[in-house]
Amino acid sequence: MFDLILQFLLTGITVGSTYALVGLGFAIIYNSSDVVNFAQGEFVMIGGMSAVALSAGDAGLPLWAAALGAVLITTLVGMALQRFAIAPARGASVVTTIIITIGASIFLRGVALLVWGKDLFALPPFSGNTPIQIGNATVLPQSLWVMGGGVALVLGAQYFFNRTTLGKAILACSCNKTAAHLVGINVGVMLLLAYGIAAAIGAMAGILIAPITFTSYDTGVMLGLKGFSAAILGGMGNPMGAVAGGLLLGIIESLSAGLISSGYKDAIGFIILLLVLFFRPSGLFGKASVERV
Amino acid sequence: MKRLSGLFLLAAAIVLLPILFPDNYFVTVVGVTAGLNAILAVSLNLLMGYAGQISLGHAAFFGLGAYSSAILTARYDWNPWPALLLGLAFTGVIAYVVARPILRLKGHYLAMATLGLGIIVHIFIVQLGWLTGGPDGLGGIPTLSLFGWAVDSDQRWYIVIGTLLVVVVWLALNIIDSRSGRALRALHGSEVAAEMMGINTAATKTGVFVLAALIAAVAGSVFAHQQAFVSPDSFSFFFSIELVTMVVLGGMASTYGAVLGALILTFLPELLVVFEDYEVMIFGGILMGMMIFLPQGLFVGLGDLLRKLRRQATPTPRKPAPQEPASHKPTPQKPAPQKEEKRHGVA
Repeated sequence: MFDLILQFLLTGITVGSTYALVGLGFAIIYNSSDVVNFAQGEFVMIGGMSAVALSAGDAGLPLWAAALGAVLITTLVGMALQRFAIAPARGASVVTTIIITIGASIFLRGVALLVWGKDLFALPPFSGNTPIQIGNATVLPQSLWVMGGGVALVLGAQYFFNRTTLGKAILACSCNKTAAHLVGINVGVMLLLAYGIAAAIGAMAGILIAPITFTSYDTGVMLGLKGFSAAILGGMGNPMGAVAGGLLLGIIESLSAGLISSGYKDAIGFIILLLVLFFRPSGLFGKASVERV
Repeated sequence: MKRLSGLFLLAAAIVLLPILFPDNYFVTVVGVTAGLNAILAVSLNLLMGYAGQISLGHAAFFGLGAYSSAILTARYDWNPWPALLLGLAFTGVIAYVVARPILRLKGHYLAMATLGLGIIVHIFIVQLGWLTGGPDGLGGIPTLSLFGWAVDSDQRWYIVIGTLLVVVVWLALNIIDSRSGRALRALHGSEVAAEMMGINTAATKTGVFVLAALIAAVAGSVFAHQQAFVSPDSFSFFFSIELVTMVVLGGMASTYGAVLGALILTFLPELLVVFEDYEVMIFGGILMGMMIFLPQGLFVGLGDLLRKLRRQATPTPRKPAPQEPASHKPTPQKPAPQKEEKRHGVA
């Protein structure tokens, strides 16, 4: 029994790391611009798909170069989303911006469908396919890549936003745009950067997970949903909360798939999410909101 | 009478369309779907547009109504009418039970909770195969009959659903202008302020949530009988998102806007089919473009535009025309297709 649970935990942490990265992207964009970006899952899809496309065939790039190219492409897409879809709608209501990002995600999916068709693609694993024994449980080397990559990205984001001037400038915009502008921060550029960073993190998640779960033009939908759940579970606007929420969600899903029923695993995940919200209406680590009159 | 003039216009359009275009696919077949979508959008608009409570799980109640009718009539040979009533009672109870805890949430948390609710209902429909037929769906649902008049052709369904739409719109208009409608709009503005005015916000929110769910359940039941077949795909979270899009696209807090949004979102994919592979991309682009350039929704945005044009056409006695708010740009849909052409090149 213990071995089984260890196995489910390892699977859960692998999946949860992807959710955590998508949730982190959600939190970064929400923090910088108050937008819930429903196209976040599409960044994961574009990252995975363009890495496959760049590395495929005889003339394909080596894996590291393809990954780098894919991250660059996705970053540009993220910035374009901010520049051409979010920025022109400044001052629109929350629901309107949500619909804009939904429109953007449909648009990006449509482009992916056009470029890559409906097939499933996979990247080769980064370092072989021999399972590693941990006690009586096994783990794929790629899972270690996902977990390690997740930790590195989260720590990197933490360092960037708390220690570097550029990261602090982005945070300043999220606190108060006018004040940030007054101390000489170019708010427009910072928003562009925030979207670029969120897209890059999404792309890296997509590349890391592509050898395990495969990728196709519509993988972004479910991942985006899970990322949103992770961000909400942790408390909107708290990046580390989103990461914790993502891991928790992955582990809950994996345990309930293994111990209860795989058909109901998503339902159990959402039921727990609802219960958490009923008792903590601002998520696990979110600050309680106060209505001003 | 002026208050309901839009309703008469809508009713006239519903009556005239099949007379002007008899046996037209877009009127009797797509029109029926559009009518059902419009009913759903109007009900969701009561909750979202007027009470300000976002719901990304409205398709769940549509599905509960549809499956209640489908299971009772097709599996247990009930008469459609008592099945409809029991389905309504069932949906109403579920909506009432979840309403209080869910509606305590606000903003994105409410969006997530309703989204989760919709997905949970969908998963149960898929998983309870012995009852619902699972992912394959459930067929053999008998058609409705009203006092011996069997609703068994596209034209008759058009009449039934058209009538239902007019009734639902009329109901929505009356609710909004009633005492409880004013309470809804008050709590949309500020819950604390509404409470200070003596409005029981929790009860008001629960009430409108249950009402919207009941209207959706009626639509679901009619949908099940009209299609004679239900499958979980029709009630997925994508459909919930589509409903929200209808409301926002048409213009929040406008019943006619919701109808307009539903019409556009039903007919647009039908028209875009000619673009084949480009369909999804163009649909997404149009959706984005409309929301960017008409953030208030089409109904409000186009109204403002018309007013502006009329003002330009007839010289006003007052010299300085009152300045329109900056958000109402005079360039509506034009730039959207341009952007698409740009993207074509990259793709």
